[in-house]
Amino acid sequence: MKHLKPINQKAGRIEAQIVREQLDVVGLESAPPTGPHIPMGCSLVFAPGWEVDSSGGTAGLCQPVERDLFDCHLACFWPAHVPDQLNHAQDWTGRCAAAQKDWRKIDLVFP
Amino acid sequence: MTQLALREFHVFDAAGGRFLYLVPSAGIFQIDEPSSAIVDLLDRGPCAPEKIVHDLSEQYPEDRLRNGLLELQQIRAIGEAGAPQEQVVNDLPPDGFPITTMVLNVTNKCNLACTYCYEYGEDKIVDTTCSDQPKFMADDTAQEGVELLLKESGPLEVAHLTFFGGETLLNFPVLQDTVAYGRQRAEELGKKIEFSLTTNATLLRPDIIEWLAENEIGVTVSIDGPKEMQDRMRVFHSGKGSYETVQPKIKELLKRHKTRPIGARVTLTRENLDIHRIYEHLTDEMGFWEVGFAPVTTASGRDYEIENEGYERMLRQFDELAHDWLEHAVQNKHHGFSNVKDTLEEIHKGVSKAYPCGAGLGLMGVSTGGDVALCHRFAASDDHNFGTTEDGIDRDRQRQFLEDHHVKHKTDCHTCWARPICAGGCYHEAHTRFGETTAPNLHFCNWVRTWTHTCLEVYGELSARNPDYLTRFDH
Repeated sequence: MKHLKPINQKAGRIEAQIVREQLDVVGLESAPPTGPHIPMGCSLVFAPGWEVDSSGGTAGLCQPVERDLFDCHLACFWPAHVPDQLNHAQDWTGRCAAAQKDWRKIDLVFP
Repeated sequence: MTQLALREFHVFDAAGGRFLYLVPSAGIFQIDEPSSAIVDLLDRGPCAPEKIVHDLSEQYPEDRLRNGLLELQQIRAIGEAGAPQEQVVNDLPPDGFPITTMVLNVTNKCNLACTYCYEYGEDKIVDTTCSDQPKFMADDTAQEGVELLLKESGPLEVAHLTFFGGETLLNFPVLQDTVAYGRQRAEELGKKIEFSLTTNATLLRPDIIEWLAENEIGVTVSIDGPKEMQDRMRVFHSGKGSYETVQPKIKELLKRHKTRPIGARVTLTRENLDIHRIYEHLTDEMGFWEVGFAPVTTASGRDYEIENEGYERMLRQFDELAHDWLEHAVQNKHHGFSNVKDTLEEIHKGVSKAYPCGAGLGLMGVSTGGDVALCHRFAASDDHNFGTTEDGIDRDRQRQFLEDHHVKHKTDCHTCWARPICAGGCYHEAHTRFGETTAPNLHFCNWVRTWTHTCLEVYGELSARNPDYLTRFDH
């Protein structure tokens, strides 16, 4: 706070609460990552697919919704919903070099 | 367009600055000039934010005004005009709220006959002279009291036991036994127990003083001042004043008992209002570490009742003593005016009370016969009973009491800025004056607000001139 100075303990707690509220959406306020994008977990990732563009669809998003698949599959704990790429389906994404173009090539895997 | 308006707070000035005491949060913020100008402008009535910025833009840069507006809204000093007042939270304490302090009335007999006494005088609640309560508390009742306290103090490491009366020292044997028992039981349970008592000092003897010092018993002496003041009301049954009796005994007590600070507790009456003289006598001449003053509790119309002019005189002297206290605190020196210290501690922490004091919440009184009561002043009153030492605390009754006495029910208090600290005032005072504990003490409002304002000013001054001093209130 620039104009008001907290004096007693309660005022200190009020100020701390105000600061906490301001920090609530810090993820959106930080600068875009400069290196490769490494998702840190669903709640911290603002990947397309969870939002819509200005027309209400997904076509105009800066990244394709399909990119989500890899956010969840590679970096997040979502093993039950995608093939086991370590043992049984090592080539599952082999034909999908760029998700936004090639996502249709990812097929179902039958055990 | 949205209009902004002032919300609830009290403004005070100190050390050349301006402060807001927020209600009901009890936070204190110092505000800068542009913010102060915004508050002044809104004091004239609701106004749109753009108009506020426009009207003040000649004096202050726009960005400072906009930031000031934002911050004042964040602390809820201002808000949308017409928005409902903040609701008093229905925050009853959780079940099994621990008892920190138990006050044992070890006897209801007294060797003095002070005119204004609330236990024996005209305003008594229970006529102990003809009730079925024993004159003296028995050892086993006192020990049950200790057990109850230790049990009900729950997770707290330290519990406090206070002896009260009547005159406590009339039952000295039980005091000795109870302290020994309490210490032993507390140790067995891995707790600590602290003891204190209030006495009129007439029965102090060298061996009693020695015992008090050795056992680190906190002592409060009820005394009204120099001889002419003490002897006016604090008299033996014969009518003889008690000053000559207590003076040498108190000197001896203060000389020997150094393990706990010893305080004097003064009852102010219409005839006894020379606070400066009393303070000087009790500290400089007698040697008390601190002195606390309280106006006599009385029904309306008694001879000794303090009335309007008397309250003004009392407040004027309280104000002067508080500023004396301030000058000492600025130099990190001790000053024994305990009223200001107690209020400052509450201001520093920013307490916002649902109840005026701990009675019925973390403090309870016990009558000589073992009845647990709202506080020591209601001991043995059936209407204010919370159980017995034997059967324990009646938690349902306590809950009902807390529900009925919450400040949310004191509608008169809802527009008062001093309610975070006052919460309607003493239950006993209300009962004596209005016949019910639920009533707010409206006869005290003016004096509580004036006194709180004084303490806020002292606090503001101290925060500017010696902020380190305030850390003493941090604990």
